[in-house]
Order: sequence, then C-alpha cells, then structure tokens
Amino acid sequence: MDGIDSIYREQILDHYKNPRNFGKIMNATVHHHEYNPLCGDELEVYLLIDDDKNVADVKIHGKGCAISQASASMLTEKVKGKNIEEIKKMAKEDILEMLGIPLSPVRLKCALLSLDTFKNAIVIFEKYIKEPGVKGER
Amino acid sequence: MSSNKTTLNTEQIRKDFPILNRKIHGKQLVYLDNAATSQKPRQVIEAIDDYYKNHNANIHRSIHTLGEEATEKYEEAHEKTAEFINADSYQNIIFTKNTTESLNLLAYSLTSKLKKGDEIVISQMEHHSNFVPWQQLAKQRDLKLKFIKINEEGLLDADSINENITKKTKIVSVTHVSNVLGTINPVKDIAKITHENNALMIADGAQSAPHMPIDVKNIDVDFYAFSGHKMLGPTGIGVLYGKRELLEEMNPFLYGGEMIREVKFDDTKFNDLPWKFEAGTMNIAEGIGLSAAIDYLNNIGMEQIQKRDNELIDYAVKRLKEIKDLTIYGPEERGAVVSFNLKSIHAHDVSQILDSEGIAIRAGHHCCMPLMSVLKVPATARASFYLYNTEKEIDKLISALHKVKKMFGD
Repeated sequence: MDGIDSIYREQILDHYKNPRNFGKIMNATVHHHEYNPLCGDELEVYLLIDDDKNVADVKIHGKGCAISQASASMLTEKVKGKNIEEIKKMAKEDILEMLGIPLSPVRLKCALLSLDTFKNAIVIFEKYIKEPGVKGER
Repeated sequence: MSSNKTTLNTEQIRKDFPILNRKIHGKQLVYLDNAATSQKPRQVIEAIDDYYKNHNANIHRSIHTLGEEATEKYEEAHEKTAEFINADSYQNIIFTKNTTESLNLLAYSLTSKLKKGDEIVISQMEHHSNFVPWQQLAKQRDLKLKFIKINEEGLLDADSINENITKKTKIVSVTHVSNVLGTINPVKDIAKITHENNALMIADGAQSAPHMPIDVKNIDVDFYAFSGHKMLGPTGIGVLYGKRELLEEMNPFLYGGEMIREVKFDDTKFNDLPWKFEAGTMNIAEGIGLSAAIDYLNNIGMEQIQKRDNELIDYAVKRLKEIKDLTIYGPEERGAVVSFNLKSIHAHDVSQILDSEGIAIRAGHHCCMPLMSVLKVPATARASFYLYNTEKEIDKLISALHKVKKMFGD
C-alpha cells in the first residue's frame, strides 16, 4: 500500500462521504462551532450531556477536507457514552491512533480540528452552562 | 518556423534546473507551483556560490579589492534590473527583501504625507501584500480605502474603476497579474485614469515580471514592485521601481547605515538614490543571484517566455475543461496560472493526492482571503507554469486529477 492510499484509506473516505452522527441536536446541552480560516475547515458540535456528565448524544455538522471531516465523524463514535472527564483527557495521540494514518504537520491541524471543537465545547459547558440536560431549542 | 510558435528549447532548459531531477514519493517531480516561487537554474546557484567563494565583502565603503568587486557586482545588478523593465537608470531601482517589502515601503512612505479622508484605491483581487499594508495604514492615518470590484468573469469591472478613482484618490495600487485568477489587468489604462486624477499609480508585478516583457515607461506606472524568487532568482531579493522625482521626494522607510550621506548630532542628510532606501547591509549575494537570473531570462528572451507560458496555459485550460465537475476560476485570457476546484473535494485533499504522484500544486486561499470571499469558496487548487514545464507534465496533472475523482468515488 503506497503512502497516499494509506492516508485516504477506505475507512477515512467512508467517514468523509458518510459522516456518522451528522446533523443537529436542537435541545443540546452545549453547541460549539470552530473554524480554521486558513484551510476553510468548519465544524459544529452538539453534545447532550446527562446528569452523570456522560455524553448521551452527539451530532456534528461541518464542511472541509476529508481528514478534518472524517476525524470528526470517527470522534463522534468514540465519545458517545463517554464521561466528559475522559474526553478532556484525550490528546493528539488518541486522534492519530483513531485515524491510523501518517500525517504531515500541516494536515495534523486538519485532523485535530475535531478534538479541539469537542474539548472547547466541554470547556464552555463547564464554564458557562454548568447544568447538564436538555436546553432550549437553538 | 512560424512566429506564433516558440523557439525555446524546453529540453535544453530543463537540464539547467537540477531540482527537476528530484523524485517525490518515487515519482518524477512535476513542479506546477511557480506562482509561489520558481525553481533556480544552476547559473543562478553558481553565481551565488562564486560570490561567496571568491568575492564576499561588504559593499560601498570597503577600500580593498574584494569590497570593490562586491560593490561592482551589486551595483551591476541594479543596472541589469533597470534595463530588464526599461527603467531610465539604476537609480530608479531599489532592492528590498521581496514584493511585500516593496509595497510596505510605499505604504509607509507615501501615506505619511496624506491627510485624513484622502482615498486609496486597490482591488478585490489583491494579494494580502497589496492589501493589508494599505488597510492597516488607512486605519492608523484615518484614510479611506476603496476597492475596485471584479466581475463574474474575474476581470476588474470597468465602471468600478471609474467610480472609485476620483479627485479624492491619492494612491491607486493594483496587481498587474492576479496570482489566483490569472487576470491580466489593464495597468496602463488604470495608470492613465489615475494620473488624470492627480494620483499615484502602483502596480504589483510579482506575477507579471517573471512572465512577460515589462516596460515601466510604456505602462507609465509611478511604482512597480516585484520579487526575484518568482523569476528564477533567489529568495530574499525584491525590487521596487519608482519614478525618480517621486523617490527623491519620499522619506526613507528604513533608517540606518548606508542610506545616509552625513550624520550630525542634530540631523542627517540622506544618501543619493537608490541607496537612500537601502539601509544596512543588504542581501548582496541575492542581488547578484537576481542579476544572474535576469541574464538567464534575457538569454532566452522574455517574449519567447511569454509565448511559451501562453502555450502551456492554453493547453492546461483546454485539458482541465475535459474533466467533468471541474470549476475553473478567472477569465479566458490569463497569465500562466489557473485556479480550480474539483466538485466539492477540498483543495487540500486534491493537493495531497497530487503530491503522491510527484505533482506540486498550490491549495488554499493563496494569500487572497478577501478574493476567496468574493468567489465564495474557502480555497482553490492552483497550477502555475513556467518555461521549464511541458505538455507531458500537464497530462500527468490531468491523469492525477482523474485519480482524485476516483478516490473520492466518482
């Protein structure tokens, strides 16, 4: 398998073309949007956080390069049901392991947009929203 | 041989560029990112090498043989540059770091004499280097910045040129050739309108000087800025051409050594042109490298190079149009650059897959974020050509783009 086929391996392209948990949660606990103007990659994340601070539901919405969007899709599967404390501990290495592909420093930024967006959503939850559960429609 | 066909020998030219032998991911390099920077012929690399091995010294005030040799070579570079763009004299030629620095020099120096409410006109297609300096200085100095609109085709809108350039205008700064759309702007006509309104006309020549014969007297711009590294020269050397009487009136942008004639405790007299604008030890080797690049270009002939560029871009556009779902941005008549998008596939993905085939193109906003917002795209892929490129390389680009489409399931 040569380099490029490993970067754009089937699983990545599948997540890019058919992103999992794509859409919106109208009454999400927290909703956060990140944008990388340099690339034009965009990602919105909706988290429904239950009383035990577990992610009861997650949805994403975005557009951008295959790496950024596939990474976000894969991450939704990973965080569903997880406690926010576990998500807070996730690092670059976890994303690289999840993607399972070699990435140049430039493309690493694309891959990490998802984790940044999820983590910042949790920061916003802890700092401003505080109370878990469903919120008003947004 | 018909006069429409170039006489330039691509095969011979390619032998002068050592980097073209590079293998990338096991494939022969196909370098199509010339609008970002060109490759360098061995003649340029050797000129720099020879300077450091045999002539290195600081210029202008060294009373020894090496210093005199270095000075002579560095001054000769100004003379060659003047001839290259048909300027009157080496005194019209200021060496800078790059086009960006040339434009910053103008922005700082020219706006220092403007009054609140004076207007500066640029266009929607400017590179950040001809955008941000004016935007920031307009803010600092309470000036008004106006934008010439582009039309659907990617040309400057004629009405918008006339509406924006008025008696209130003090400076007009427009790119000669767009680094994204390839649009060749009518700088001579714009200069005429600008001068009728008693304003100063600046052309950003970063994408034109490497690709066509430039005659600054004919296009009658007041200032013309370009970079050495896009025209076979080294990085770190840029040029600012200016009309003599204007340069003489202007304040220096950088103060320090060399740019002075006499320094007293309470005042300083500045040096003659062009040295008044070249403070501190300059990029001497790079200036000499630019000189060698100009020799190389002159040897082939800028008219021949322009013809060859046209052949390449016409062929590339023709072949790109064969690809279904590929959008090309910019007008039919263009410089040696073409921007495109393949369906909704992000330009970064396109570029990465092309790289795996050894093909170097550019992907992104090309330092033109305002233009990207006008085009309503986050990024484009861009292929740009130069004298060493071949039709065969364009064929490789086309095949690789088909591969991208296939990978993304189409």
